[in-house]
Amino acid sequence: MLQNRSSYPPQQSAVAPSLASSSEKSIPTSLTPSALRTSVTTPRKVTIYDRNLNRRAPELSLAAFAFLFNEIVQYSQKNVKGIQEMETKLSENGYHVGQRVLELTVIREIKSAKRETRVLGLLQFINTSIWKSVFGKPADALEKSKDQEDEYMIIDNDPIVNKYISVPKEMSQLNCAAFQAGIVEAVMDGCQFPARVTAHSVPTDLFPLKTVFLVKLDPVVVERERYMR
Amino acid sequence: MARTPRQVGEEVWKTRVEKVNAELVTLTYGSVVAQLCKDFGNDYIQVNEQLDKMGYNIGIRLIEDFLARTNTSRCRTFKDTAEIISKVGFKIFLNITPTVGNWSQDNKQFSLIFDENPLADFVELPDDGKAVNELWYSNILCGVLRGALEMVQTQVEAQFINDVLRGHETTEMRVTLIRILEDEMPVGDD
Repeated sequence: MLQNRSSYPPQQSAVAPSLASSSEKSIPTSLTPSALRTSVTTPRKVTIYDRNLNRRAPELSLAAFAFLFNEIVQYSQKNVKGIQEMETKLSENGYHVGQRVLELTVIREIKSAKRETRVLGLLQFINTSIWKSVFGKPADALEKSKDQEDEYMIIDNDPIVNKYISVPKEMSQLNCAAFQAGIVEAVMDGCQFPARVTAHSVPTDLFPLKTVFLVKLDPVVVERERYMR
Repeated sequence: MARTPRQVGEEVWKTRVEKVNAELVTLTYGSVVAQLCKDFGNDYIQVNEQLDKMGYNIGIRLIEDFLARTNTSRCRTFKDTAEIISKVGFKIFLNITPTVGNWSQDNKQFSLIFDENPLADFVELPDDGKAVNELWYSNILCGVLRGALEMVQTQVEAQFINDVLRGHETTEMRVTLIRILEDEMPVGDD
């Protein structure tokens, strides 16, 4: 439209190509100020990306989490055929959380962070940093399986997700900390140490909710470990 | 002298509440909503309903926890109820105190205006052009209120009318009193 208008006297347009070119130049210059004006008049919206991630995390009541988690368990119980499928669902929920927890923790510890290249280093990072930032305390122990080269165990004597959950007798196989296992699995995967993580109840008299998180490494990881040794 | 709701809330929060990292709750709630969106094939109306249902389930059990911790006595007016919800209820569970306001003429309707909402931290709605118009991300809270109040003989309707996630100025929930339920004696029981 602009060009049509600039060549408004039709006879002249053919005669003066220089005029046409000058009018072409005038188009961008006439556009720029208006483009500038709009960017000035519309105030930049504050988005979630402007927020400072290092802000110390506030606290909520444990009850709020317990109630919410309870609903997750109830919901996961629907439309599943067995306990295993239910644990998978819980684990998927945890995975979603774990991916984000890893990102947050790494961003916050960026100064002291180093890239973990060995299994043990990463597991220790999970045992301390991740556990602390999510559950407020480090995990209670980290063990290596005696028989299996590719298995490690993270032990939590009193996982908070299980605090208000009592498992009915007929479902004694179930451990809702599968959710927590999902978090660990996401962190392992996210750090390029693919693994399967499952939760197993190992009740003791002192710690009735004691849970072992079994980390089974992918063969790829085991092979890399051997190579790096 | 009777203590104000704000003092009660502060005290209970400080002394009688076990705490947990808020981000765990935020992210966990996020995973719930994400899961529901997936399960219902992004039918956000259904997601709202399901969240409300989950909230209701929470509410009917949460009220007991609330009463046990706070020793609250019966509210005499709906205005008292609103104050207690904001200054004590939200305080001891989510550590926020939404502002009570916009009362209707007949005092049967008020708004809770959330300056902060721990559930919605880190959250952006899906940019499919639908979620911004249909999804009430924090809808679980409406269910919680409805369920909890029903257990103390107060039938209400609660719904969000504004949400910063949708680009509104504030996050606002509208609570409407339907009726006060009467205790009914079973027939033949004196």
